[in-house]
Amino acid sequence: SDKIEDELEMTTVCHRPEGLEQLEAQTNFTKRELQVLYRGFKNECPSGVVNEETFKQIYAQFFPHGDASTYAHYLFNAFDTAQNGSVKFEDFVMALSILLRGTVHEKLRWTFNLYDINKDGYINKEEMMDIVKAIYDMMGKYTYPVLKEDAPRQHVEVFFQKMDKNKDGVVTLDEFIESCQEDDNIIRSLQLFENVM
Amino acid sequence: MAAGVAAWLPFARAAAIGWMPVANCPMPLAPTEKNKRQDELIILNVSGRRFQTWRTTLERYPDTLLGSTEKEFFFNEDTKEYFFDRDPEVFRCILNFYRTGKLHYPRYECISAYDEELAFYGILPEIIGDCCYEEYKDRKRENAERLMDDNDSENNQEGSMPSLSFRQTMWRAFENPHTSTLALVFYYVTGFFIAVSVITNVVETVPCGTVPGNKELPCGERYAVAFFCLDTACVMIFTVEYLLRLFAAPSRYRFIRSVMSIIDVVAIMPYYIGLVMTNNEDVSGAFVTLRVFRVFRIFKFSRHSQGLRILGYTLKSCASELGFLLFSLTMAIIIFATVMFYAEKGSSASKFTSIPASFWYTIVTMTTLGYGDMVPKTIAGKIFGSICSLSGVLVIALPVPVIVSNFSRIYHQNQRADKRRAQKKARLARIRVAKTGSSNAYLHSKRNGLLNEALELTGSTEDEQHMTKGTSLIESQHHHLLHCLEKTTGLSYLVDDPLLSVRTSTIKNHEFIDEQLFEQNCMESSMQNYPSSRSPSLSSHHGLTTSCCSRRNKKTTHLPNSSVPATRLRSMQELSTIHIQCSEQPSLTTSRSSLNMKSDDGLRPNCKTAQITTAIISIPTPPALTPEGESRPPPSSPGHSTNIATTTTSNIVKVSAL
Repeated sequence: SDKIEDELEMTTVCHRPEGLEQLEAQTNFTKRELQVLYRGFKNECPSGVVNEETFKQIYAQFFPHGDASTYAHYLFNAFDTAQNGSVKFEDFVMALSILLRGTVHEKLRWTFNLYDINKDGYINKEEMMDIVKAIYDMMGKYTYPVLKEDAPRQHVEVFFQKMDKNKDGVVTLDEFIESCQEDDNIIRSLQLFENVM
Repeated sequence: MAAGVAAWLPFARAAAIGWMPVANCPMPLAPTEKNKRQDELIILNVSGRRFQTWRTTLERYPDTLLGSTEKEFFFNEDTKEYFFDRDPEVFRCILNFYRTGKLHYPRYECISAYDEELAFYGILPEIIGDCCYEEYKDRKRENAERLMDDNDSENNQEGSMPSLSFRQTMWRAFENPHTSTLALVFYYVTGFFIAVSVITNVVETVPCGTVPGNKELPCGERYAVAFFCLDTACVMIFTVEYLLRLFAAPSRYRFIRSVMSIIDVVAIMPYYIGLVMTNNEDVSGAFVTLRVFRVFRIFKFSRHSQGLRILGYTLKSCASELGFLLFSLTMAIIIFATVMFYAEKGSSASKFTSIPASFWYTIVTMTTLGYGDMVPKTIAGKIFGSICSLSGVLVIALPVPVIVSNFSRIYHQNQRADKRRAQKKARLARIRVAKTGSSNAYLHSKRNGLLNEALELTGSTEDEQHMTKGTSLIESQHHHLLHCLEKTTGLSYLVDDPLLSVRTSTIKNHEFIDEQLFEQNCMESSMQNYPSSRSPSLSSHHGLTTSCCSRRNKKTTHLPNSSVPATRLRSMQELSTIHIQCSEQPSLTTSRSSLNMKSDDGLRPNCKTAQITTAIISIPTPPALTPEGESRPPPSSPGHSTNIATTTTSNIVKVSAL
């Protein structure tokens, strides 16, 4: 029981991010934007770190009709670069920097990392199925038209058709980037959220 | 969406990039933020205390005052801040709500003040956080109960309800015996007969000496006829009472279902059943049982005793605690009875013949009665017996404090209700007085206006200026408003001196004007006293003036007439004006501060004022009186109107005993 208390004590200790200047240098945000981001972050997570539960709760608030927990789980893993179960402000802000202010290449690489659940450098069909199912879960049950049983599978097939150049059943990073760059829609949609901050 | 979560929206939108490669069709365009303002600090000045926060913090809740454009109404251009003339303490909680998303209720704050602030800022009280919600709800319920008490007592004490039907008067008489002497008589008579009935029931069974036949008889059988007559009389009274109540009840169905009515019925039924039933052997056993119900007559006393009603109400409100007590006792009884039975089974000639037989032992032991008719003999039995008695004390002691505290709370609430009723009476009296004062002030200023016109004819402008100086802007605006109403309706409030409603002044001679000037000086000095703290100018004009002002200074309550010189007998008009004078001046001082004066000091002169006003109005010039009857200012209670006829010029002060 001593150990548990110690653990609790450790987790309640605040984590403080590195200085503002360092973060400014490492990311593509201005000081002011970092301030706004940190204020929101600290408000929700006074201890300075986000854990997966909070992630899921926050995401669930945005998608009340469906079940966003699976996708949030994958997202959390993508944010948690150190894979230690908690996302510090630096990780958070770095990821946001890539997503909002990064180059197309960086964004695509981040997305590949998201899809690659076991982080082995390849996306196979099962991983893609999980991702696509998670995205469909977020929609919830009450949709129009009603979600068909094999719609995720169809979706994955289409995806692999497009991405898997050498038809070996897995998608590598280069295949992914190359295929995405060929698709104008994708490139355009990547710029969609640039003015979010 | 919760407050802070909105801060995460950029993150959620950014993370949506993860869907892009999976999507098959193009995405919709993102909304652009039109006037994208940098987040700025805004200053909220609440009664001098400055709070600062980010604009976006406030905009988290756009359906409240601070979150919407409504706050622009409070923006002060000069200081570039939002100024609210409200309580800064409560504002702290409200601002914290914006910051943290949780609304707290501070315990030291008054519940109605807090509610008002919430209503002002457009925040629903339902979103108070769980930590404080219980406290809030408790306080609110308490307050509501208190207000309901007030309303109830107010309804009960409404003055003369104009048209009560006979039935309604009867019902009121039954419910509240103090409304009329007849009700009081009825109340005591029924009380007496209840007592008689109960005592006869008791005495009936006392053995009353022997009859030659050497059998000891109870009194009931010895003097059977006497007791029967008594019983009949009581039952007749009760029956009549019940029928009258039934007739008078506003809702008969509800009355029949009420507890008191059931008690009444149960009290008189045995008698009638006894009358109807023959002396049948089989049925007489049941008949005897029925007589037991006659003891319920004692419950009829609860109409006569407040404490008994409170006790009954307490028991009802503690029903759950009592139920728990009963349940736990039953459980314990069964457990211990079983144990004792099996423990004592071995011993010979044990009284614990069965488990139900052991129930009696358990009950007697747990309630620490210990009759001793059943005693364990084995060692095991004795051990368990002692455990039983110890636990009994605990089990019974637990729910009792809850019941006691409930009783105490309800009892004190009742005490408080009585005290509040008394306070309310005093408060209403003061309010009535204030109303009188304000209407007097209006009439006064109206006279000013008329005098102004009179003076214009005489051309003395400086006095005019003197007069208008005194009243405050709000007062003069209020009076102007009342004046407009009069003009609109073509009626007018009853001016004290009927002669003044006649606008001609040229006909009035020098004497009239003299009086006016006279009056004017008095009024001027008394008006000066009202709004400011300037010392009253004790004008040395006349004994009359000094009597007015000196009276004011002394703050005594002696009759105004006592120092009035003989000039008052000069004419009716003069009399009336004099009285107006002396009546004006105390009423002008019924400002807020004076309402907080000792109530008797404040009340008495003002009551006298009211008296005097009445008297003046009663001085007849009938044409002035009658058409304005309905526009009379409300303060005069109906009691006044009955006294109008009794005034004479010489007895003006002794008008009525209000």
